[in-house]
Amino acid sequence: MAEIVGAYFTSHVPSIGGAIHKGLQQDPYWKPFFDGYARVHEWLAEVKPDVAIVFNNDHGLNFFLDKMPTFAVGAAPEYHNADEGWGLPLYKSFAGHVPLSWHIIEQLVADEFDITTCQKMLVDHALSIPFELAWPDVDAWPVKIVPFAINTVQHPLPSAKRCLALGQAVHRALQSWQGDERIVIIGTGGLSHQLDGERAGFMNRDYDLFCLDHLATDPAALTKDSVHEIVRLAGTQGVEILNWIAARGALGEQAAEIHRNYHLPISNTAGATVLLEPA
Amino acid sequence: MPDAFPAQPAAGAGHALPPIPGTTLFDGDAAARGFALNAMCYSFNEAANRAAFLADEDAYCARFGLTAPQRKAIADRDVLGMIAAGGNIYYLAKLAGIFHLNVQDVGAMQTGQSVEAFKAMLQAQASGQTYEQAVEGSFAHG
Repeated sequence: MAEIVGAYFTSHVPSIGGAIHKGLQQDPYWKPFFDGYARVHEWLAEVKPDVAIVFNNDHGLNFFLDKMPTFAVGAAPEYHNADEGWGLPLYKSFAGHVPLSWHIIEQLVADEFDITTCQKMLVDHALSIPFELAWPDVDAWPVKIVPFAINTVQHPLPSAKRCLALGQAVHRALQSWQGDERIVIIGTGGLSHQLDGERAGFMNRDYDLFCLDHLATDPAALTKDSVHEIVRLAGTQGVEILNWIAARGALGEQAAEIHRNYHLPISNTAGATVLLEPA
Repeated sequence: MPDAFPAQPAAGAGHALPPIPGTTLFDGDAAARGFALNAMCYSFNEAANRAAFLADEDAYCARFGLTAPQRKAIADRDVLGMIAAGGNIYYLAKLAGIFHLNVQDVGAMQTGQSVEAFKAMLQAQASGQTYEQAVEGSFAHG
């Protein structure tokens, strides 16, 4: 039977990709952030996942406003990165786990989640940068993926409660999967940041620490705020915490934190890295 | 008889909720109003389209049928104007990329301060200041 080995959560700020590209990991600005990944590398070497279920959000690479799914699930044999328009390096492609994608899709729809399925899906920095951080210096990613894209662009966004429930339904689907994979759950984005408007540059350490302190042991606490209130507390783009909440649901009911790093600012964002294991 | 369809707070009625200072939610109204502008910016995922915009901005904007406020905001490089005209920051970032502007540059443009002052405001939040304290310090020091 497949085993969920744990969950990895990380910010996915585009400029992290630029810093990796330029080899700035030891630069004083970047070091406190990148130092948070040594433990991630050790842990991944210990638990050796071969599949990753990734909750992230598209930033206008794959989805435009003509069609904007609330929850999209990839069912593609491969996923490619592409030019996002502002000079990021082009990232490696990912192999998909097609049978597992369709199993999850079938279980989710049976569970009354009306998802969108994608047999083609470009993936942007929100997926690539967490992998670059987790597995630097590999020629090919050591895991196959099943990606979820959650709408964090166009309101109304799904509620935090619904995202947690989606993740919990994914967990149930993984429990009924008959393969013998070692599965890591990944949630990307955040934490607090706001890029747009007169409040650009807003971050909120108190709210971020509230989220980090409750993620393992009481994720329902993160679902009490409406999306509107999360925007107030975390910033317009801080709503990417929805990806973390869904990923937390997919990990399973009991979890323990084994690693945390929090450092701001990374670009305009409060950067965070967390590892959880099933407890 | 129980009400099968109990009244719910209107989902998406963002305008009925207490406003968030300095913040525009990109909701259905904005998405409808901003469609042409965002469609143009989405096209900038392709290098050829970025080059075409730089070669003839007027012609490129005309192709997408921008509204007058959208065209003016682009001409003025007025990010807040673009947002008021329905622009979404994820798409607008692709326009900013054409001019090699990063999110600190765009943050400075929107908050009316130098890029250095904007970065100092971000950094101040690292040393335990809240956003409000950091902003106050930023404007106190010009």
